[in-house]
Amino acid sequence: MAAESMSGRETGTTLVKRGLAEMLKGGVIMDVVTPDQAKVAEDAGAVAVMALERVPADIRRDGGVARMSDPEMITGIQQAVTIPVMAKARIGHFVEAQILEALDVDYIDESEVLTPADEAHHIDKWAFTVPFVCGATNLGEALRRISEGACMIRSKGEAGTGNIVEAVRHLRSIIGDIRKITQADSAELFDWAKQLRAPLPLVREVAETGWLPVPMFCAGGISTPADAGLVMQLGAEAVFVGSGIFKSSDPAPRAKAIVEAATNYRDPHILAKVSRGLGEPMPGLEIDGLETHLADRGW
Amino acid sequence: MKVGVLALQGAFGLHEQVLNRIGVAAVQVRTPEELAEVDCLVIPGGESTAISKLLDANGLGDPLADRLTDGLPVLGTCAGMILLAAEVVDGYPGQHRFGAIDATVRRNGYGRQSESFHAPIHIEGWESAFPGVFIRAPVVESVGRDVEVLAELDGVPVLCRQGSTVVSSFHPELAQDDRIHRWFVERDWSTGHHRFVERE
Repeated sequence: MAAESMSGRETGTTLVKRGLAEMLKGGVIMDVVTPDQAKVAEDAGAVAVMALERVPADIRRDGGVARMSDPEMITGIQQAVTIPVMAKARIGHFVEAQILEALDVDYIDESEVLTPADEAHHIDKWAFTVPFVCGATNLGEALRRISEGACMIRSKGEAGTGNIVEAVRHLRSIIGDIRKITQADSAELFDWAKQLRAPLPLVREVAETGWLPVPMFCAGGISTPADAGLVMQLGAEAVFVGSGIFKSSDPAPRAKAIVEAATNYRDPHILAKVSRGLGEPMPGLEIDGLETHLADRGW
Repeated sequence: MKVGVLALQGAFGLHEQVLNRIGVAAVQVRTPEELAEVDCLVIPGGESTAISKLLDANGLGDPLADRLTDGLPVLGTCAGMILLAAEVVDGYPGQHRFGAIDATVRRNGYGRQSESFHAPIHIEGWESAFPGVFIRAPVVESVGRDVEVLAELDGVPVLCRQGSTVVSSFHPELAQDDRIHRWFVERDWSTGHHRFVERE
């Protein structure tokens, strides 16, 4: 909610919410479960950390209901680092979001990695001062989340698998449809809005600008510098790495390598250099063998 | 004149867009070779810790320090200001402090994201206010006597110049207003002569 105070200062506006997402571009946001991991992430050059109790690979393995993290753990991570701290709320769980806002996190991820709290509605994100990021598998989903107030979109991929194939599918779907919309005539845009189940003004904005009205980052399955380079070359503007760092054999050098890959994503020589000798990546999972497809959560 | 935008991390794309809008073809700078070719440089907003580490990773730390010593005209916004300052409070240990401006800045001094804000900024000698967008912004705690304060907000400097170094706590790249970019590129930094007119 926007508020006004001294010298005409306005907080919580769309401009400042989307503004932080702009500042994270070209960077890497890392999942961390302890203050020590948060320090490793910051030391490696992460632009932000996502504070959570279990990385997606462990959530997937453990099963059961995955919820917002313990506030004590989030506060501990906020005290450990100087970079922005994000945290996850369940889809539709606006009270978890209220709690995260009270904790003064810098971004809330309304995330399919946690067990959804509402099977029809997402959080009304306009009601908050803190900005939200939401996942999307296609353009319609992205625009619905933006219409609800999301200030950053991340393509979902399939979290906790170490498998990039779903991230690529989702990025290609979103960006491919953006390209088609820019070629559509004004009459066709009505049909696009209907097909995408998205508000017409947002569809028109995409048609005019050739991009989403908010930054689009990529998540779900990134575990190597090459993966980061791949999704950045496909059009992602920054990357989230969940299990890929702290489920690998040697997290610190891998984290640093992925940071350098996100910056130098068009330079195969640098990508080759930073990919050397990083040890074992996280063990990957085949998508066909999964019991739960996290990306299917969200409406 | 060739304008470079340091493109390691952050809002470099937005700076390029503003520069392109005012008819300046900006180039991205990621390598020492690219840095050597530019006549002036913009250091964008972003995370100063990440940008500092990437400067080292890409071998840009020493070449940039040398060019700044030689008087490279530079515009640093938010994270850019932190990197250019002489002293940083609440900074990250080992973070670059190029000292191109004699100022002490407190990193995230305006608070976390919930306290990010925008406010009209009154710049010395300009007719209308500039829309200042502050995102987890650094606070200028003190400036040396050679620093010219071009704008303040509630008594705190937010836009400063020393020689050919210009820094802002806020993000002109987020404003739909190109005046600060025009002011920066339309000045002849060797003579101090300005072609800049506020209204075009």
